[in-house]
Amino acid sequence: MPDLDERSKRTSPPERSAIARLARDPVSRRRFMAVGGGTSLAAFLAACGGGGGSTTMATQKESMGGKGESETAEFGEGDIGILNYALTLEYLETVFYEEVVKSGLFKGEELAVLKKFGAEEAEHVEALSGTVKKLGGKPAARPKTEFPLKDAKSVAELAGTVENLGAAAYLGQATNIESPEVLAAALSIHSVEARHAATLNTLLGLSITPNGAFAAPADVKTVLKSVEPFIVG
Amino acid sequence: MSERKSAEVDGLVHPELAGVTVVEESGGDISRGEVILKGALAAGAVYGTLMVAPFVKSAFAMGGGTSDIDILNFALTLEYLESTFYEEAKKRVKASGELKALLPLLASDEKQHVEALEGTIKKLGGKPVAKPKFDFEYDDTAGFLKLAETFEDTGVGAYNGAAPSIRSKEVLGAAGSIVQVEARHAAAIRLQNGQEPAPSAFDPALEEKAVLKAVEPFIV
Repeated sequence: MPDLDERSKRTSPPERSAIARLARDPVSRRRFMAVGGGTSLAAFLAACGGGGGSTTMATQKESMGGKGESETAEFGEGDIGILNYALTLEYLETVFYEEVVKSGLFKGEELAVLKKFGAEEAEHVEALSGTVKKLGGKPAARPKTEFPLKDAKSVAELAGTVENLGAAAYLGQATNIESPEVLAAALSIHSVEARHAATLNTLLGLSITPNGAFAAPADVKTVLKSVEPFIVG
Repeated sequence: MSERKSAEVDGLVHPELAGVTVVEESGGDISRGEVILKGALAAGAVYGTLMVAPFVKSAFAMGGGTSDIDILNFALTLEYLESTFYEEAKKRVKASGELKALLPLLASDEKQHVEALEGTIKKLGGKPVAKPKFDFEYDDTAGFLKLAETFEDTGVGAYNGAAPSIRSKEVLGAAGSIVQVEARHAAAIRLQNGQEPAPSAFDPALEEKAVLKAVEPFIV
């Protein structure tokens, strides 16, 4: 990356990358720039007080381990189910990055970032499947996937979507996890997905915090619906 | 508020980390920077249920006697630091380009975190800690970025370290919502600093002691 002094001398916003040049699309910027679409302070406090809250918080309350069948029951019981749900997402991310790297659509610094992120997702896969086994469960199978790899811009946008979704997915499950150890592991991964998301957003010229000062959780239904198009067979 | 199981520190296995190499190399060269967790993963059997236990061990730093209010006040201290730091930086740092756009966002986010934590503590019937006086020494943008990186990374570690001890689900959800933003900040600052945005596949949890040690120099 250009050294700091050089960058700070620029008078206009630096073209961070080829992706950014391609992505400089006024429509996307308007859609994604943090224009107060984030969770408001009031909604945040309402969540802490157990109050009704807004629609935004409704999702959070759903994810906050209410009574009834767990959202992740299809993946297994309790923490195993949550870990397998996360594992499924990590498989998707790992395969996606592998294909992106192989596609030849990226070079130089951007390629290095994507390689690194893919390697980290692979480490997440190892850690999660290992943890499921240790807990006496059966790790979820690697899904068969198909990702559109048309051009650098759309692939980068997809990466950004997936990473932001992944971070929201972890956040959505944090309060459902029973074991403090599993929670600690999930949180140590959650913040890394957030780093990935912010990096992709930066490369795309989008806001690093699409939901403002307070990140929003996503429930299982929302997440699975978003990744469904990429799971085949 | 709904209760979750409190951290059972005593019930955990804390084997020695001897023989496990956790090496962090970070720098401008992205291909080299990696936390070598392979030793830890291979030794996973030693750590019971977790493959990421080297970092998890610190996550129980708060101990059994720490209340949610105490944890929130611990977080509030950090948020006071970050908020003050960025507010000052808006005036002190001659930023241009991306950093110029980033600064007000960072300042605004931390300010909102301060307000949220103060409000939550009061709602829980507690008293927010007093805002400390801070002294941030830096001469230029590079110096600012170095501190910013430390603060954001430390913030992530602090929240990740404290979170498993939080009793209330709602407070945990709130902490998770904040730590994700701190991690986003951390990545953005690191990019500005020519550093790897996500140096490790697993963000380390920091003990309260380590966090307070890191921020002490800036409190006057």
